[in-house]
Amino acid sequence: MTIVEKVRTICPFCGTGCGMELNVFQGKVVGVTPDWSSPVSEGALCVKGQFGTGFIHSPDRLTTPLVRQNGELQEASWEEATTLIAEAFGKIKERYGGAGFALWSSSRSTNESNFMLEKFAHAVLGTNNVDNCSRT
Amino acid sequence: MFGRGAMSNSQTELENAPLIFATGTNTTETHPVLALRVKKAVSKGAKLMVADPRKIGLTEFAHRWLPLKIGSDTVLYNTMAHVIIEEDLYDHEFVSERTEGLGELRKFLKTYTPEYGESHTGLPREEIVAAAREYAIAERAAVIYTLGVTEHVHGVYNVQALANLTMLTGNLGIPSAGLNPLRGQNNVQGAGDMGALPAFLPGYQRHGDDEARARFEKEWGVELDPKPGLTKVAAVEEMLEDRIKGLWVMGENTIVSEANTNKTREALGELDLMVVQDLFLTETAQVADVVLPAAAYAEVEGTYTNTDRRVQRLRKAVDAPGVARSDWEGILEVANRMGYAMSYSGPSEVWDEAARLAPIISGISYERIEKEGLQWPCPTPDHPGTSFLHEHTFVSGRGRFMMTPHVPAAEPPDDDYPFVLTTGRRRPTYHTGTMTRRDERLNELVPEEVLEINLEDAVDLRLEDGDEADVSSRRGTLRLPVKITDMSPAGIAFMSFSFPDKAMTNVLTTDEHDPQSHTAQFKATAVQIRRVAG
Repeated sequence: MTIVEKVRTICPFCGTGCGMELNVFQGKVVGVTPDWSSPVSEGALCVKGQFGTGFIHSPDRLTTPLVRQNGELQEASWEEATTLIAEAFGKIKERYGGAGFALWSSSRSTNESNFMLEKFAHAVLGTNNVDNCSRT
Repeated sequence: MFGRGAMSNSQTELENAPLIFATGTNTTETHPVLALRVKKAVSKGAKLMVADPRKIGLTEFAHRWLPLKIGSDTVLYNTMAHVIIEEDLYDHEFVSERTEGLGELRKFLKTYTPEYGESHTGLPREEIVAAAREYAIAERAAVIYTLGVTEHVHGVYNVQALANLTMLTGNLGIPSAGLNPLRGQNNVQGAGDMGALPAFLPGYQRHGDDEARARFEKEWGVELDPKPGLTKVAAVEEMLEDRIKGLWVMGENTIVSEANTNKTREALGELDLMVVQDLFLTETAQVADVVLPAAAYAEVEGTYTNTDRRVQRLRKAVDAPGVARSDWEGILEVANRMGYAMSYSGPSEVWDEAARLAPIISGISYERIEKEGLQWPCPTPDHPGTSFLHEHTFVSGRGRFMMTPHVPAAEPPDDDYPFVLTTGRRRPTYHTGTMTRRDERLNELVPEEVLEINLEDAVDLRLEDGDEADVSSRRGTLRLPVKITDMSPAGIAFMSFSFPDKAMTNVLTTDEHDPQSHTAQFKATAVQIRRVAG
């Protein structure tokens, strides 16, 4: 007997914010059911919402940090990658101050991640040069 | 003007609007489910007025289609306002109680006669007058728009001219009306709400607002810069001047999405350190110094805020591949390594901090939106959320009419580049294609980029459906198949930008932009089209 779990969530494509249930089987998203209780979409989904889940388990997904060495991006650990960033950003901050940075946030990512990026910009790097994809 | 960078009203209200004015929005392609509301309104008897140079899907449902010349939007809206004032069709009570500057506006609009409107928009004057009257006398009328309005060098004037129309007719502060930008990305509203904008801290509080800044400084234990920061467009210039040396890009394929690709590439090449967080090794990640693997929406807990300000919960369904992490967790680790200690039990604690600092969302918690999302403003835990804005007053007090002159497009077509390329979206593909191109079902629906042109132009160019053509602008050339369509009028070509592996559309586009919003003129690039010999 196959058990498919349904997880209520929100479509990741346009700004409409349709409700959907991801159908999960053995740790993989195998389908989508519209969420009839969503006041926004009331059971409707477009072709992207209904079918556009193929990218989730794509073999092209990045699975590890990458760091450029001798001109090529090489696999690295989180510790190596984040230490490198912290040191390089530390040097830029020393030399140029907050004015030496720009941070481009994502209209695709969550509120929580957007909040964290602006907090990092404002409070840690000391710059207000933070923007998102809304101008393109 | 009057207010908020958000839809004034809600999408659910649209279906009860007696009149919808859709301008610069190809809603059936870009917001298919929201377009169902528009269609439903029409089936309930609403009038649908569409202003768009292309014969888009919505025109099938419209009772009036205004196929204006590309880039003449401000003139259309100004002329409508002229008619509404001169024919005394405006809402006297609303204008006197809620607005200021009518006298000045009336004077400014004197020259925007129907004759002038006709000469610039190419629309018969009677059509413009009829549209103005219909919009004005409708009991309630909702304006919906997207990037067709904003992606011009006069995008801000376009929005302000539309806002003038909504104020003149009292279409604000009531349901099923208003001025409604349909936001294009799942969380573009939320990104702005969260302060990922150069002019604002979270909750649209200005850096220069001493009281607000002090609250953030206290919460975060640091001193903050009171001056606004730089937009992406301005930051690119700073990179080319060697003044910005560090860049963090979270989930954006900038090289593909920004206008004038080659310039963006050059700017990014000047950096000391460029960090990209993404799901894939995008064209942008390929030029980064450090790439951090990100978890996708199906792999994280969190919230998105949709186009009508509704904060909704997304939930984790599956594990992220390898050691990919939520964007915020990756940022947190770097912050900690830089000596700024932070720890959170999970995303709900991050949300709570944002809610504490931003009054518009202070009443929203994960608990409250477990079943159903809430629309901001929602300042207190017992506040029911807000379906439509500006009910009794505007954020800025009185709404101010703005003078919105007609600014011609940058780089108009000429003998060397006689066509206008306009870029946009097709339903089965999304933006730079990083997600949708990796779905075989969606790929089957739209397998490749095509240059959509009108039959008349195809005949002149001796092109048949599927023939290869070279399309060139002052910045570059692309070769791709043409598709003959009656959607584009003669002289206008159309492309999306979802197929960067074969056609990097923004190699062609100009980075000339609106001086206020810094949004580029994606909707009008002068191009030449040539048949590939053979």
